[in-house]
Order: sequence, then C-alpha cells, then structure tokens
Amino acid sequence: MYTSRKLISALALAGFCSAVFVSSAQESVRLGTPVSEADLAGFDLIAEPSGAGFPSGSGTAAQGKAIFETRCAACHGLDGEGNSAATIIVGGDMQSEDTPLRTVGSYWPYASTVFDFIRRAMPADAPKSLSDEEAYQVAAYVLYLNGLVGENEVLNAETLPQVRMPNADGFIDQSDIQ
Amino acid sequence: MKQDKLEKKQQPRLEKVAGNGLLSRRHLLGLGLGGAGMAMSQAVMGQDSELQLEIPGWSKTPGPGPSAYGSASSHVGLERQSGFGNPLYPGGGASRSPLQHLQGTITPNSLHFERHHAGVPDIDPAGHKLVINGLVRQPLVFEYEDLLKYTMVSRIYFLECSGNSGALLYGGNPDGTAQSLHGLVSCAEWTGIPISTLLEEAGVLPEARWIAAVGADAASMGRSVPLNKAMDDSMLALFQNGEPVRPEQGYPMRLFNPGWEGNTSVKWLTQIKVTREPAQFRDETSKYTDTMPDRKSLQFTFPMDVKSLITSPSGQMTVARNGVYRVNGIAWSGSGSIRRVEVSADGGSTWADALIDSQQLDKALTRFSIPWQWDGSPAVLQSRATDSTGNVQPTREAVIAAKGTINRYHNPCIQSWGVSPSGEVTNVYV
Ligand code: HEC
Repeated sequence: MYTSRKLISALALAGFCSAVFVSSAQESVRLGTPVSEADLAGFDLIAEPSGAGFPSGSGTAAQGKAIFETRCAACHGLDGEGNSAATIIVGGDMQSEDTPLRTVGSYWPYASTVFDFIRRAMPADAPKSLSDEEAYQVAAYVLYLNGLVGENEVLNAETLPQVRMPNADGFIDQSDIQ
Repeated sequence: MKQDKLEKKQQPRLEKVAGNGLLSRRHLLGLGLGGAGMAMSQAVMGQDSELQLEIPGWSKTPGPGPSAYGSASSHVGLERQSGFGNPLYPGGGASRSPLQHLQGTITPNSLHFERHHAGVPDIDPAGHKLVINGLVRQPLVFEYEDLLKYTMVSRIYFLECSGNSGALLYGGNPDGTAQSLHGLVSCAEWTGIPISTLLEEAGVLPEARWIAAVGADAASMGRSVPLNKAMDDSMLALFQNGEPVRPEQGYPMRLFNPGWEGNTSVKWLTQIKVTREPAQFRDETSKYTDTMPDRKSLQFTFPMDVKSLITSPSGQMTVARNGVYRVNGIAWSGSGSIRRVEVSADGGSTWADALIDSQQLDKALTRFSIPWQWDGSPAVLQSRATDSTGNVQPTREAVIAAKGTINRYHNPCIQSWGVSPSGEVTNVYV
C-alpha cells in the first residue's frame, strides 16, 4: 500500500518536472554484486592527477626510447613530430602569433593524463599491450621529447603526476555552467 | 462545382510576412499551403494532359513476405557520410546523418551520427560488466541481464558532437551540405535507468563531486561528469528507439547526458568511478576544450547551445522556380525546449516566424517550417532559434567575435544558404 501510493505521487511529480528523475533507489531491485577495490586492481585503469590509480613500477625516458621507436614512431614520428595533425605530440607554443600548435608539451595541463592515456589507449593499433613498466618508460620519453623531464629522471606513481606542465594554468573550468 | 473549387484555390491570397517571398506560416495550417501548392500543379495537369495512368507492375505480383529484420526500401538510398578509414587511426573517425533527407525529429538508428576513437567494439553482453567504484559505500558490479530488470524511463533527446558545424568557423566549404556541415547531430528516444538509481545503490559518499565514466572500447574513452548532472537527468541508456542500443551507439549500454556535448555520453559504458576531482582524461584536456583568443582554454563546456538549421532547401539542392516551398528544418537546445524559430530569405534583413510543426520537447530536435514563394532573384535563407531560457542563436560574426577561430568546438552559428537565380543552393557567408 505504502509503496504504491509513494509510486503514484512520484509519477505525479515526474509529470511536473519531466526531466528530473524521481529518486528510486529505495524501490530499486538492487541487483549490483559487491566487489572490493582490490578485485578491481586490473580493471580500473584510471590514473588521476592526485596520483590515485597509478600502478607500482617506474621508468625513465632513456628506457622508453626503444619502445617509442618500435611501438609509437610509425604513427607519431621518431621525435613525436607526427604524420598528421592528430598525431603531433611534441612542440608548439600557446603564445605564438598564428594558431598555436597544441600538443602534450604546449597544451596539456596535467602530466598524469599522458600516463593515463597511453596506458589505456596507445599504441592505437594495440591498446593496453604495454606493461605498466613500459607505460611509465614511454610516458617518460614523451615528456622528455617535450623537454619536460630529464633523460634519466625516474617517473613513478609519486613523481610522474608532479611533472610541471607549461600550460597548467591555461584552462578555465566551466563546469558550473550547466 | 469541382471546377469552382479549383478556381478558388488557384487564387490563394498569400500573405507576405518578410522580404524575398516569405509567407505567413498560417498558410501551412489547414488549406493554406496545401491548397496553394496543389492548385498550381493541378492547374498545369488540367491542360490537355497526355497522361494515361496505368496499374503498375507491383500491383500485379505478390511481393516477398514478412522479414525478420526490416530494412529501408531499395529505392531509398540514405546513407551516413564519413571520411575514408585511416590505417594510422584504426577505427577512428566520424559519420554524419543525412539531415537534408530526413523529416520529423527522430533519427533512424541506422543513420544516427557516429564518432569513434578506436572503432566499434563487438561486445557480448554476457561478458560485459558495469562497475561503480571510488567514493561509494560499496563498490558494485552490474550484469547486463540484471540491468534489464530495473525500472526504466524513456526520453526523446538530441545528441550532438561539440565539433559539429565547426568547419563553418573557417569559412569556405561552398559545396557543403546540411549533412557534411551539420550532420553530427541526431535525435532518438533513449530508454534506460537513471544513473542516480545505480549510484544510490552503491551509496555515494559525501565528499564526492564528480563521476569518471569509461567505455569498453579499445580507447577506453573516458569523460568526467559533475555528480549533480549524474544525479539529475543522466541515464544508463540500454535502448535506442525501442531496440537495444546499436553497437555504434554503445551496445550494450551507454551513458547519456541530456543536452550535453556528445562526447560526455560515454558509449560502451563499463565503469563509473565516483571521485572528488575530475579525472582529467585526454578527451577533456587535449580535446573538447575551447581555446579562446587570449589563449586560455575553456574546459568542461558541457551544454550544447541553442541552434537551428534549414534542411530543405539546403546545400547542393536545386529549387525550381514558381510555386510555394515548404522551407523546413530542425532546431534544438541543450538548455531547454525551442520556443521560437524565425526564418529570413534576405540574409537576415527581415525575419518571419516559422511554424513549429513537431512536439517542442526539452533537449530534443524540433521541426519548423514556413512557406516561401521564390521569384527567381538571389536569396539567402537563414533560420534563427530561441529556446525556453531566452537564448537566441547567434550569427557567425558574433560567435567569431566572442570566441575567435582557434577553437572549433561549440559553434551554434546561423547557417546561410544562398539561392542563385538558377536555383542552386550553396553554403554562403553573409
Ligand atoms: C597506429 C598508429 C599509432 C600508434 C602505433 C601509436 N599512436 Fe598514439 N595516436 C594515434 C592517433 C591516431 C592518435 C589520435 C587519437 C584520437 O584523437 O582519438 C594518437 C594519440 C596519441 C596521443 C595524444 C595526442 C593528443 O594530443 O591528444 C599520445 C600522447 C600518443 N598517441 C602516444 C602514443 C605512444 C606513446 C605510442 C606508443 C606506445 C603511440 N601513441 C602509438 C596513433 C598511433
């Protein structure tokens, strides 16, 4: 009785504000199966600017050079110069007079994104084929090609997210405009 | 008697309401335009026609019987338009809806626009998981079969890529069509589970502010969405126009954020991580950010602007002289419903109100039309929409003045179709 009356008033309410869903978790069938974050270690690949989600392991640009040349250069060029507008990953200057070239080095606000994206989406012909160690190494090499880290700087869960990106202050968050 | 009626219809009093032949939308109601248009063609046919109508062949032979999964008539060749595949960008690219050949407001599933970053995964729903983790009391994993048992809602919403119409900012494209210039917008009825239902089941912790949504495609495409949107009207869409969501649209399930830039509605949704801060994925930093003339870039520009477009006549069509045309098109807004659409035939000097001839749903395509009597002189057709929040669609000059041309996302500008004296319609800039 109680539930159905509640449901009817919920439906009536929905009629008035049609876009907003009436919260229904109480009435929901609740069929999710509990898991632990540990169970998700190999599934949740999100690596955040805070360092959350970065796996163990580390790498240097020197170690990443060979991987980049065999696994990435065919599409991105030996020095990251790219072979199309979409694949240039080095260079650019946001203050240039003409339309600025926006790359990892000139545009990206967070170093964490370099690791996060490469680990999940690259190489484009075989995503997720790099080990975590290789992902650290090749991410270090991409940052090195952009002059943002030294050749032998060790990047890991702690140091990689802290690499300072030149355009870090170049973004204005508009998420409050909805 | 019959002749009398015809005579009457041949002399419709057409009420001109704006420059260059725009007629009152009143004529589209009742006998208005129907009467006028029909009368003209009947008048021509009435003159000693040689026409001998016969029963066509298909009326004399039984056709094939019912089929398992229907397809369009073999005489209808509608197609999405896409660039050629690039071996260096496996599966990447976009395809555009043939807007100029569609009517009403719903995009057929086979013609819904696409944008993929690593192709369309072939997902067996039995092996697909939806995980909710992060700042929740209890991380959960959901199976497709179980999700089908949840209470669902159905809503008609447009979906638009924020890169749609971006090419107009650069000028050029005289050969552009409604499809090639603006075809990254479509509209469907989406059915699914409010994201709030699933988040509440996992129990969102008080410090949570965002969700990070990730797809099961090879790119693991990810986007961060503010928690308040997710709790408001975002849904886990499982059905598209009544059938399971198409693979190109995220089968077996996608996130759907009504009114927001299409890329946030992550397809093949496999993970929602509840977070304090945005994840800063590549597709919300490197891409889908809007660089302004001062070189600062706007990030998380979510709602799609109020916009409209004449789809007929439109680029690469030819209009014939004489007669009254039903100029028509689509309008939409990410902030609400369409309240008004005006049309100009003289490049924006004078405007007339179009008839809204579909439902005016929130965040959905809306169809408008207006009768137009073209006298053969050069014309420029434009449409301008106003939404329920009072936002008015801007001109191209206004968009460029406000946002420059480095940025190519979120261009809602008024489209101008030029009509030459010979009736050719092209993309023009005024
Ligand atoms: C088969 C071609 C190919 C290979 C091999 C490849 N990439 Fe890519 N990469 C691309 C394409 C195409 C894009 C753009 C993808 C998009 O826009 O969706 C891209 C994008 C990127 C980007 C982001 C560029 C930007 O500015 O947004 C980075 C960084 C990157 N790749 C790094 C790598 C690394 C490191 C490797 C080697 C491990 C690699 N790629 C291998 C094709 C490739």
